[in-house]
Amino acid sequence: MIAADVSAAVGRRVLTWVALLGHATIFFADLLRRIPESLRRFGLTVTQVHAIGNRSVVIIAASGATVGLVLALQGYITLSRYGSSEQLGLLVALALLRELGPVLTALLFAGRAGTSLTAEIGLMKAGEQLAAMEMMAIDPRVRVLVPRLIAGVISMPLLAAIFSAVGVLASYFIGVGLIGIDSGSFWSAMQNGVDVFKDLGNGVIKSIVFGIASTFVAVYIGYESQATPEGVALATTRTVVVSSLSVLLLDFILTALMFSTR
Amino acid sequence: MTKRQTETLVGAFVLLGILAIVFLALKAANLVSFSFDATYPLQARFDNVGGLKTNAPVKSAGVTVGRIASITFDNKSFRGLVTMNIDRHYEFPADSSLKILTAGILGDNYVGIDPGGDEKNLQPGDTITLTQSAVVLEDLIGKLLYSKAAEAPAAKPGADAK
Repeated sequence: MIAADVSAAVGRRVLTWVALLGHATIFFADLLRRIPESLRRFGLTVTQVHAIGNRSVVIIAASGATVGLVLALQGYITLSRYGSSEQLGLLVALALLRELGPVLTALLFAGRAGTSLTAEIGLMKAGEQLAAMEMMAIDPRVRVLVPRLIAGVISMPLLAAIFSAVGVLASYFIGVGLIGIDSGSFWSAMQNGVDVFKDLGNGVIKSIVFGIASTFVAVYIGYESQATPEGVALATTRTVVVSSLSVLLLDFILTALMFSTR
Repeated sequence: MTKRQTETLVGAFVLLGILAIVFLALKAANLVSFSFDATYPLQARFDNVGGLKTNAPVKSAGVTVGRIASITFDNKSFRGLVTMNIDRHYEFPADSSLKILTAGILGDNYVGIDPGGDEKNLQPGDTITLTQSAVVLEDLIGKLLYSKAAEAPAAKPGADAK
């Protein structure tokens, strides 16, 4: 009897989750359909890029610098044991461009920009602003949701590039300035080992995919949140969890596709 | 904040991002030495390609002149068929020879072209016939052991004769 109850509960949970996934996919397709209409009012997207992108530059740059510093220090300890300390630049560049740049930027983005998006849209819903828009025959998806989605997709690759660039520069200051590795071999080892298309290009593709995923999750959870203060608070925390997990899952899939040794 | 200020800040942000990408492409990656030059294909058969991989460099006098395009098995001659793309700026005599070399002592394999003396040059799609295979560590060790074993019995009859 208990086993039947438990399996029924699990089955219901799974089916609810699958239905939620389907609803989210239909919502996503709906938003995509409204992109051309929303781009006619490009000023809305520009305002959102400012809110999402510009405001995140400080935390992204600071995190990039510290991650670069730490990578340089940690990497040097291990590399010097095998006498390969000139490869430090290559180690840091590959780690940042392929993985840490896109993924850490996406996680920080989910925490900073994702929560602000969810909270803003959730509060708009709680304050009945979205309903008021619909009463005036203005589609809130076109005016509110799609500009934020486009802004997130534009900002994410730029932020990831800033993260990686600042990280590489920070590792240069540690490696060449502090530790004393030769500057010429630092850059040449990096340039010989990093491929523009395979490493930098794949990193940019990853950050675009992460941008779409985390921005959409933030916007969707905000739009579907309960129109109460507790509902908005719950939605905000759920955004961070869901977008972080989906970014990590997508990272695994993309890394397996892009960097598999065939 | 006025609309003008917002637009300027957003423009500055986008510019910063693009600058970061360009910096990474030029300084961190190999965009500077990347050439979109046209290449022409050449083929060659080796007894053993060793650890040669696709995209390994083809060098002459130590300078990279091309890349390996593909490595397949030729079932008719039972040898490895290597196709490489050579930069159109460089031409080699028709009797050039190829060697599979190792970068450093235990590094990656690459192909070295030794130019010959023929007046005619290799044409796109030509097959180079003079090839030298990669050095396989097991064969070397086998040769060493064999030569040591050949020395030992030769010493014995000399000792018995005493």
